[in-house]
Amino acid sequence: MSSAKANLEILPRGVQVALGLGLIALVAFPFVGTDFYTQMVTRMMIMAIFAMSLDLLQGVSGLVSLGHAAYFGLAGYALAFLTPAGEPVSLWWTLPLAVLASGLAALIIGFFVVRTHGIYFIMVTMAFAQMVFYLFFDNKALGGSDGLYINFKPSAAIFGWTPFDLDSKLTLYYFTLGALLLVYAFLRRLLWSPFGRTLAGIRVNEHRMRAMGFGTFGYKLSAFTLAGALAGLAGYLWGTQTGYINPELMGFHMSAHAIMMVILGGMGNFAGAIVGAFAFEYLLHVFKDLPTLGSVNLGKHWQLWMGLFIVLLVVFAPRGILGLVEKFTQRKNKAEAGHE
Amino acid sequence: MDLANFLIQLLNSVQYGLLLFMLAAGLTLIFGIMGVVNLAHGSFYMLGAYMAWSLSTLTGSLTLAIVMGAVLSVAFGLALEWLLFRHFYKRDHLDQVLLTFGLIYIFEEVRSILWGDDVHGVTIPDVLSASLPLTDNLSYPVYRLFMSGVCIALALGLYFMISKTRLGMKIRAGAFNRDMAESLGINIKLIHAVVFALGVGLAAVAGMIAAPVASVYPNMGSQVLIMCFVVVVIGGIGSVRGALISALLVGLVDTFGKVLLPSMAGMLVYMLMAAVLLWKPEGLFKQ
Repeated sequence: MSSAKANLEILPRGVQVALGLGLIALVAFPFVGTDFYTQMVTRMMIMAIFAMSLDLLQGVSGLVSLGHAAYFGLAGYALAFLTPAGEPVSLWWTLPLAVLASGLAALIIGFFVVRTHGIYFIMVTMAFAQMVFYLFFDNKALGGSDGLYINFKPSAAIFGWTPFDLDSKLTLYYFTLGALLLVYAFLRRLLWSPFGRTLAGIRVNEHRMRAMGFGTFGYKLSAFTLAGALAGLAGYLWGTQTGYINPELMGFHMSAHAIMMVILGGMGNFAGAIVGAFAFEYLLHVFKDLPTLGSVNLGKHWQLWMGLFIVLLVVFAPRGILGLVEKFTQRKNKAEAGHE
Repeated sequence: MDLANFLIQLLNSVQYGLLLFMLAAGLTLIFGIMGVVNLAHGSFYMLGAYMAWSLSTLTGSLTLAIVMGAVLSVAFGLALEWLLFRHFYKRDHLDQVLLTFGLIYIFEEVRSILWGDDVHGVTIPDVLSASLPLTDNLSYPVYRLFMSGVCIALALGLYFMISKTRLGMKIRAGAFNRDMAESLGINIKLIHAVVFALGVGLAAVAGMIAAPVASVYPNMGSQVLIMCFVVVVIGGIGSVRGALISALLVGLVDTFGKVLLPSMAGMLVYMLMAAVLLWKPEGLFKQ
């Protein structure tokens, strides 16, 4: 179980430069991309926030949650309940409230799941997420299996003054980009704070951390709650963008996709989660959009391609894209050393 | 609830619990002995159900279909273990989660290509299609009793194999101390392959005998997988006895929950799990 313990926390210069270029590309994208792709990138950024929130657990603290989508979905539902049928609702109090709702759910569920370790943690997080799923799926009052529509995007008006309008796809794009940057900056700060160092310590050796006097239960529960709240932010943005929310968004496929994103990019540094979310969503788009060859619609069988991709990835490149970068640079260094 | 009704629900809950046990036993053995978390375990259940459907329409006999299906699924399990799983026993749980999640996608899509996305029914063999009358208007289908019978027989067989045979002794030795068992000349790789194939076979047989009652539909594996997780968590990972008791408990809570508290039924089982976690975080029968 040691392979996941050493994370690439300090990003190599090359990766930093690539991330900077990526940011410039994101800022410039709406000016060159079509409406369709602008919306797609908005969704990618939302998933990136979701993936980063999971990385706090999976990459930093070593807690593999297979139920993270529950907190994503809950905030979306909160927005759906708070939005009246006939008019938009204010962004300024619904956003914090929705994030709080997800955080609270994560706190309550975390109280139970954080006691468990390893494999139990995986199974129990999944089971509790499924409980939340069924709560919404079985109850007509909560939308049932069809989910709920969010007829109006939240309004940013303050006392009649409207600084920006989320109805505009462009504004929503930049709003999401802003949220992405804030969450990234916050989590990077957190990673190097005493709290973040403690979480990393728990990942590497929880017994030792306890022996040193850290109350690991509290730390893990705080991380779980915070990750749930940030997933809620992503879920709120998702609800805002798509205008509907359904139980599938809380299902375990969604949770597994988030795990996949974090793995695909590289764990424990949040930048990897962003890269992974973009790569995963893009792959999903490519697989679903495959052409029809003869009588076979390749795109209809996207699950097959995605499944094969996941299996191949985990067999051949378990440390993701950043892991591959690291491996190649190491190999190059070794090769150079060999020449001397 | 009168007595006859209560009896029917009780029989249903035992039958459901035993079915869950068939699945959870494989899951808990595979984890306990090889240390692998297998999300694709539900897919084996689904594949079993689909095999029962297509083989019984092909041969005209459900019994024959179950026998053929069991052999096929064990062979499938051996192949899968050899090709993929044996390389993942020592890998991180995270890798195992991803591998088996990828497999779920592959199995679901192969199922869709081979058998389509429609819901199918499997007919109960004539011999077992009768119902036992309990009162004037309530009766209990014989097939459900047959299901419970098959599960009990297999559970007893499993118990006998693990605790009384030489193979079982080797399995227990391998679970207890892998390196020691290996240095005593036990072919641990073979043992692992056998246990994995056994787990796949049990899950597939569960799917096959459940097919006439539960019908055959896409994604039928996911729901049952999560129930199995709950069973394994309550029972304690690696404990077959724990899996049996907890499966019966879950069957009881789920079945009576649906009758007595229909609005909460979906959640009751998870609340049971939460209560057990508070009391014993490692399950009731942690080994």
